Amino acid sequence: MTTATLEARLGNGWKKPPFIPNPALRWSLFIGGLIYLVLAISSIDVNWTRVAEGLSRGWAFVTAFFNPDFVSRGGDIWDGILESIIITITSTVVGIALSVPIGLGAARNIAPLPVYLVCRAIVALSRALNEIIVAILLVAIFGFGPLAGFLTLSFATIGFMSKLLAEDIEEMSKAQAEAIRATGSSWLQWINYGVQPQVMPRLIGLSMYRLDINFRESAVLGLVGAGGIGATLNTAFDRYEFDTAAAILLIIIVTVMALEYLSGIIRAKVQ
Amino acid sequence: MLELKKLTKTYRTGDRALHEVDLIVPNGQVMALIGPSGAGKSTLIRCINRLVEPTSGSVILDGTDITALGSTGLRKMRRKMGMIFQEYALVERLTVMENVLSGRLGYVGFWRSFLRKFPQSDVDEAFRLLDRVGLLAMADKRADELSGGQRQRVGIARALIQNPRLLLVDEPTASLDPKTSRQIMRLICELCAERDLAAVINIHDVALAQMFVERIVGLKAGELAFDGKPTEMGEDVLTRIYGEEDWQATIRKVDEEEVEAEVAAQ
Repeated sequence: MTTATLEARLGNGWKKPPFIPNPALRWSLFIGGLIYLVLAISSIDVNWTRVAEGLSRGWAFVTAFFNPDFVSRGGDIWDGILESIIITITSTVVGIALSVPIGLGAARNIAPLPVYLVCRAIVALSRALNEIIVAILLVAIFGFGPLAGFLTLSFATIGFMSKLLAEDIEEMSKAQAEAIRATGSSWLQWINYGVQPQVMPRLIGLSMYRLDINFRESAVLGLVGAGGIGATLNTAFDRYEFDTAAAILLIIIVTVMALEYLSGIIRAKVQ
Repeated sequence: MLELKKLTKTYRTGDRALHEVDLIVPNGQVMALIGPSGAGKSTLIRCINRLVEPTSGSVILDGTDITALGSTGLRKMRRKMGMIFQEYALVERLTVMENVLSGRLGYVGFWRSFLRKFPQSDVDEAFRLLDRVGLLAMADKRADELSGGQRQRVGIARALIQNPRLLLVDEPTASLDPKTSRQIMRLICELCAERDLAAVINIHDVALAQMFVERIVGLKAGELAFDGKPTEMGEDVLTRIYGEEDWQATIRKVDEEEVEAEVAAQ
């Protein structure tokens, strides 16, 4: 508390107190950050002659979008899409089914400490490992094909869903859950009546969002041999068939947009 | 009969919420618990059904020491204690009927409750209670569609369908307007009389408590500061519980309201 009297304060301006009170520290942090940013940007080495060469190749890729070729590799594209859809749906369903118990365990307000730590460790592991790295590992174990992609995305879904579900559970209304506990309900009944209704809209919304992420990821995972449309895309790039690649990318874009639209509708319905 | 023996609760932060509280509530008695914020009213009520674990002392309901029970025994005992909450604490995304039936969770198995296939007797009783509190038409509405007063009626039905021996009521009128507050208090007290139920009611509104209950207990800093009839509440008592203030208005308001209520009753 300041002890300044009213008289001393009247007539003087008022400024919001700075976040870092020490001016020397404040300015040195600010100037230091600025210097680092300038040095960091200048350290990026741009080879302009290489860029000039690459621009024409990039332009060929862009122009291919105006002239996509759905037909000449139509069979491959169709197979790839089907495989991607299978990978997406199975990995999303399995991932969510595993995320629910792990998410419950990772919520500090309902899980005992040992369970909490184990579940948080699983979540942290899943989130720390990027999908591509997991996919490379699983392709090495299970060989090329959609199984590796399915396992990778299931694993990635666990990290994503469990963490967000646990956070939603931690933010739930304590009073509603307490009221159910006070009726003499069992633990499972308590979850079903006191917790589930509170987190259900979020769970459904996140599931839809994850479905859309998994579809996009399935396209990337094919690049490292984990099956799906990505494998077809990779082949198209390798053969410099930019028109086929453009067709595949357009299909991915349209599918993701359709899923986005659908999830918007579903999320509005379940509020 | 509910009996508290040297009930003490010290929170992990070191706050001493209750200190050796001894209290007996006979069968069928409706008792109001008053006291300033932080006096331990909510803690006391939650120590009875162990939503808050007491540090020491015991809570005895109809001869059973609740503080000594294991988790299964505690669940069975909680069925006998209906609880009504401040801000209603209905599960907002469930229907009114699901909220009422959740009061039977202690009596039915997991799958029955999961599939919402409650025994017909429970369903009938839920409808009867909804009718009694005037909300039969709202049975399939979602709880968050109701007004404050309606929600608290659902809360009351949820507590009563447990077929309890005791009602624990935590600030039932805290977020209601004055008229609805009275209606809710009247309803709780009527239902207690109909079913010969004992009740412990936490309440801020001293005047409202005086209007409806037969016994008032004052809590101050975790210890009993007053125990007597509503008519024995005077300025000196309020000063003892809450501290120095002009209590004339509070008390006079009560007298006028009692007269009003009597006039209305005639």
